[in-house]
Amino acid sequence: MHTFEFIRPADQAAAIATAAQTKTAQQGAEVRFLGGGTTLIDLMKLNVETPARVLDINRLPLDKIEATSDGGLQIGAMVRNSDLAYHAKVQKDYSVLSQAILEGASAQIRNMATVGGNLLQRTRCVYFRDTAMTCNKREPGSGCPAITGHNRTLAILGGSDHCIATNPSDMCVALAALEATVQIQGTKGSRAVAFGDFHLLPASTPNRETVLEPGDLITHVILPAPIAGSKQVYLKLRDRASYEFALASAAVVLTISSGKISRTQIALGGVGTKPWRSPEAEAALAGKPTTDAIFREAAEAALRGAKPQSENKFKIELAKRCLTHALRIATAN
Amino acid sequence: MEIDNRLPGSEQPNRRKFLLTAGSAMAAGVMATRVPAATVPGQTAGAAAPAGGAIPITLRINGKEHSLRIDPRTTLLDCLRETVALTGTKKGCDHGQCGACTVHVNGRRVLSCLNFAAMHDGEEITTIEGLGTPDAMHPMQEAFYSHDAYQCGYCTSGQIMSAVALLKEPCGSDDAAVKELMSGNICRCGAYANIIAAIQQVRKRA
Repeated sequence: MHTFEFIRPADQAAAIATAAQTKTAQQGAEVRFLGGGTTLIDLMKLNVETPARVLDINRLPLDKIEATSDGGLQIGAMVRNSDLAYHAKVQKDYSVLSQAILEGASAQIRNMATVGGNLLQRTRCVYFRDTAMTCNKREPGSGCPAITGHNRTLAILGGSDHCIATNPSDMCVALAALEATVQIQGTKGSRAVAFGDFHLLPASTPNRETVLEPGDLITHVILPAPIAGSKQVYLKLRDRASYEFALASAAVVLTISSGKISRTQIALGGVGTKPWRSPEAEAALAGKPTTDAIFREAAEAALRGAKPQSENKFKIELAKRCLTHALRIATAN
Repeated sequence: MEIDNRLPGSEQPNRRKFLLTAGSAMAAGVMATRVPAATVPGQTAGAAAPAGGAIPITLRINGKEHSLRIDPRTTLLDCLRETVALTGTKKGCDHGQCGACTVHVNGRRVLSCLNFAAMHDGEEITTIEGLGTPDAMHPMQEAFYSHDAYQCGYCTSGQIMSAVALLKEPCGSDDAAVKELMSGNICRCGAYANIIAAIQQVRKRA
């Protein structure tokens, strides 16, 4: 591991001022915020991340879960994943989020990992994690060996000729389906970014993963008021029963009135280069009855743009069945 | 020719004693050949020393306060094992994939390999050494012992630290719920069935 200066900023303003001295907040940042450490320290050990300064923000007062004035929920960026998953209101009104978090990682990691950190979780692509290999995300322009190499777990949606790295988060898939907002504090003040706009597609700059600029600190994730009577399901399929990243997952939030689907919010995980909201699936379900045939049509629509690689064609059918089954579970009873 | 394979006198083999002896011999070797970084051609002193220098921290480990000076790169795991010499916490993968290094920080289970020790300045750390003693074992240690919930024992301290934390976490009563919440602790020997049995016995008695 490279040497670094360990700094505990006195407050949010000091943290932002110091972080603003980095040239980029993306891959290669010279200054990094340290939350739970579960991604950053892992990548520092691999020399994939080599910050000169590490800002320990664990003691900033961003660890509360509070009601918003419009009936939603404001979640501090330093709230631990386990505290969010077991929060009574989250379990009751946003159960897809609770389910998604508890399907991810292990109990120890959930106790450490923060909400803000989970938004910035890095891909598990083996080429990204191995500095002996080239990688456009790690070293822009160096090439992507994954496209012709081991790509079984990599993305089939949202990839480019430069990068097909999968976003590994479960929590973010639920947040995409719940239409969360990311609250960011930067040198120029505070701004809110819709969840779907927070992560970027790789295109020709896979080193840029989010809209964050130098000095930007995620302070909160905000959930809109709960959707009354909504059915919520997170279904995750993977190589082993637990403690494994998704090959395919689906977050489903829907309401039914008079036997027809009246509102749906759907996102997929394990298959996209970012948490993958699917307006195509939502459109296919709107106003339709809750039958297997309709669910399958929605799944076909969700995966219509999928581009498989040499080893992951199976993910297309897997993701379709995952979404179909999640819809079946959500609409049962 | 006859070879005498007997061990001399009462000197029975002892893994820990052997490792300690071998370890200090190796350490002495390293010390003897160590050169200050600045004298190595092409290398500056700054390359070997931490950018911000060693930093002072205080950890409360198993109820005892330890004031330490550490390189900021030191993980909590390395700090416990190398600096404080509490070797009950094991290093398995060192990347958060096996759970062997599980300890409690302020009463919650975490992976000590994915934390810098400096993050825990002033915090309460509990390791396997703080759980019980050979004469007064924690009920979970006793249960692991009586259920033979290990073979090689390397993952055991992590398994027990996880299991003790699990007692206070929301967890269903069936084996499946325990398996799910223990999935972050990998056992290469495959002692899982006995591990689950040990944990369930403690939960039923609690």
